[in-house]
Amino acid sequence: MDNNRRNFIKITATVGGGLMLGFSWLKPSGEKGGTDLHTDFIELNGYLKIAPDGKVTIQSPNPEVGQNVKTSMPMIVAEELGVNWKDVIVEQAPLNTAVFKRQVAGGSQSIRQTWTTLRTAGATARHLLIEAAAKQWGVSPSECSASESTVRHTSGKTASYGSLATLAATLTPPEPEQVKLKDPSEFTLIGTSQINVDMEDILTGKPIFGMDQHRPGMMYSTALRPPAFGQKLKSFDDRAARAVNGVQQVFRFANDKVAVVATSTWAAIKGKKALQAIWEDDGTLESTASQNEAMRKKLDEPAAQPKRSDGDVKAAFAAAEKVIERVYEAPFLPHNPMEPGNFFAHVTADKVELSGPAQAPERFRKEVADLLKRDESTISIGLTRMGGGFGRRLRGDFVLEAAEISSIAQAPVLHVYTREDDMTAGIYRPACQYKFRAAIKGGRMTGYHLTGAGMNMDNTVRENYFPAGAIEHCLIESHNIPSKVTIGPWRAPVTNFLATAEQSFLDEVAEALGQDAVQFRLDLYERARTNPVGKFDYDVEKSVGVIKLAAEKANWGAPKAIGATGTHQGFSAYYSHNSYVAEVAELQNTGRKTVVKKVICAVDCGIVINPIAAINQAEGGVVDGIGHAMYGDFDFVDGKPQQDNFDTFRLVRMGEQPAVEVHFVKSNNDPTGLGEPTLPPAGGAVANAFYRATGQRIYVQPFVKGVKGLG
Amino acid sequence: MAKYNITVNGKKRQVEADSDTPLLWVLRDNLHLYGTKYGCGIAECGACTIHYNGNPMRACTMTVGSVGEAAITTIEGLSENTNHPVLQAWREHDVPQCGYCQAGQIMTAAALLAETPNPDDDEIEAAMYTNICRCGTYNKIMAAVKTAASMK
Repeated sequence: MDNNRRNFIKITATVGGGLMLGFSWLKPSGEKGGTDLHTDFIELNGYLKIAPDGKVTIQSPNPEVGQNVKTSMPMIVAEELGVNWKDVIVEQAPLNTAVFKRQVAGGSQSIRQTWTTLRTAGATARHLLIEAAAKQWGVSPSECSASESTVRHTSGKTASYGSLATLAATLTPPEPEQVKLKDPSEFTLIGTSQINVDMEDILTGKPIFGMDQHRPGMMYSTALRPPAFGQKLKSFDDRAARAVNGVQQVFRFANDKVAVVATSTWAAIKGKKALQAIWEDDGTLESTASQNEAMRKKLDEPAAQPKRSDGDVKAAFAAAEKVIERVYEAPFLPHNPMEPGNFFAHVTADKVELSGPAQAPERFRKEVADLLKRDESTISIGLTRMGGGFGRRLRGDFVLEAAEISSIAQAPVLHVYTREDDMTAGIYRPACQYKFRAAIKGGRMTGYHLTGAGMNMDNTVRENYFPAGAIEHCLIESHNIPSKVTIGPWRAPVTNFLATAEQSFLDEVAEALGQDAVQFRLDLYERARTNPVGKFDYDVEKSVGVIKLAAEKANWGAPKAIGATGTHQGFSAYYSHNSYVAEVAELQNTGRKTVVKKVICAVDCGIVINPIAAINQAEGGVVDGIGHAMYGDFDFVDGKPQQDNFDTFRLVRMGEQPAVEVHFVKSNNDPTGLGEPTLPPAGGAVANAFYRATGQRIYVQPFVKGVKGLG
Repeated sequence: MAKYNITVNGKKRQVEADSDTPLLWVLRDNLHLYGTKYGCGIAECGACTIHYNGNPMRACTMTVGSVGEAAITTIEGLSENTNHPVLQAWREHDVPQCGYCQAGQIMTAAALLAETPNPDDDEIEAAMYTNICRCGTYNKIMAAVKTAASMK
């Protein structure tokens, strides 16, 4: 590869007669790049096509899991390109690491990490179109401007993007750093509400999800897996399964699983049910009771190495006038995306075609390559719209199973998990417990000690998040308890329960100090501002900004008497995924029971790309957070999940959700995460309001299990 | 396997399946109508809601052998010009997040409004309680159903 060729442009005639402009930028020459082209790329990976009629196709690189990136990412490109949104056709890109970077739906990072790349992709194309017009007219580009799919000259001459695309494609693209990006005040598309680009397909039932895939000659497969974590397959009898109409093949794979390959989904499901398997184990299967006990025990032990240690916590507690200590616990939780796990795989001698719902396709490709001993270059992954993910599709078990089954069956297969498979096959939000201790002296919190323990959790805490940084003596420790139960990231990993526990605890500390819950937090942030302790990740101004905004919008004020009938408020605030959120939950004590009525939510996520979709994300996070905090329960007996479908696992339903009022902080800062950050504070806001409404503190998730009269 | 003549979206269709095959899988695998979704298989989530002679029913627990002469309507057949008030309202409110459950939500909402043109909040909640949305779009659904009702 010619390392001096820093810029290049590919021109390909498209079916519609338009020209495809593919832009890629190599690393600056000072950068130590390898000879491999892939590693020479820097962040710009924009990709767009312009047709003579002015239609613009923009590739959406990241997987769409319901977080709206397929609409909002192309909006960013279109903004800088200066094209009418109605002229934009969005295409979902397949996994293509030669062009795109970080094709992941996870960590609420899609927009944040591609913001500049997407803008530069649009702006660079606009630059070329202006140059093309200037050349055509024999004028200086500086006399031209571009917007609404049109280049204009100061003389009044105009040319459409469509008419300029051919010439533009022959020009050398500028260096990314030479391209001027718009000032946020110049945005005309970003900040306007645009409906989901897949809306019509969703409303008319088009086959856009992984489960909807169909290819000629395709088979359907299911898999039987050990029913309990820690069990292995001893033997199986497949005679009844093979007798099911449509069942073509039955075989053992991946050591302890049995695949059923059939001509229809129903036959594959029936065949699996007809399998008779004998399982074995070594007698060390885990149950929820023993797991909880193991965690509780660890909370009283010091960790070998603290995650954080400021000042002298031991001395602070020894000198305390009062110590508050509370323990919180939460169960494992399945993700339960509405579309169960599935993937299409067609493994042939020379290539592997994969397609389906994947939050982390690049990693899955590597895992399949390792499993099948293939070169990654022979594996393709198409990305379908995902029927939810919540982190579940960051783990590729369903992809690996699909690939292995297709390989053994020597057929294209759509591999399908039933709901029961999806809920019991593994990968859960890990169960965890927290012990919080606060040392109180002289009317303030002088010491803070948090110990977390979680099942298969490398780290149960966020040691650089609030209130660390605001307290002189702070000790944060974490214990990992190995388990046979498999875990993975679940929407807002760690913080999805840590925040509930912490914000509930801080509420108790404020109460013990006789302080208002909001003012107590503001005072702590003031300490972090004026007398910061150690390093911390959050920004004080932004934290205070959302707290004040939520309090103002909710008319936060003096609370009613505890237990009185009527509306009670609870406060919570949390920083995660680079965004800041504060929430006020309003619960109504009707005299008979207490119900969650409303949540007022203030968010600082920088520039909001697509407000209507941003509200959806914020609202969804709140409803998800409260739904799982209140109802989500999942337990094990002898390694076996005790819930396997929606009759036994309770999800929040219509009428149980609060009204959600979302307020975004007006900002010109680069955008940060939004798919997750409104979830962590939701549970604490409800728990704190519930206390005001009833006098009962909540220490256990699901809330309905530990208290009386909720919901 | 047996042959069944069923009426889907106004058309007679002949399908070959075992009698215990849920209508859901016949719609999807035999007729390639993928709008009706599999979510739970036990009539708990509503993702597979279709209209059976106009009534909202769960296709995942209704066997093809039990369909008989009934008129089955799926999301694909709800509205020829895609201008059903529920669809218009869904667009206006930008209801879907992931979108997977939405066909079922829409079919339940359309059946509710056919039966009760001006439902109050309690009636909407009661009807839509049967449909799970894992993304939590319930407030948008509530607003959209009201908008759809106001269009009639």
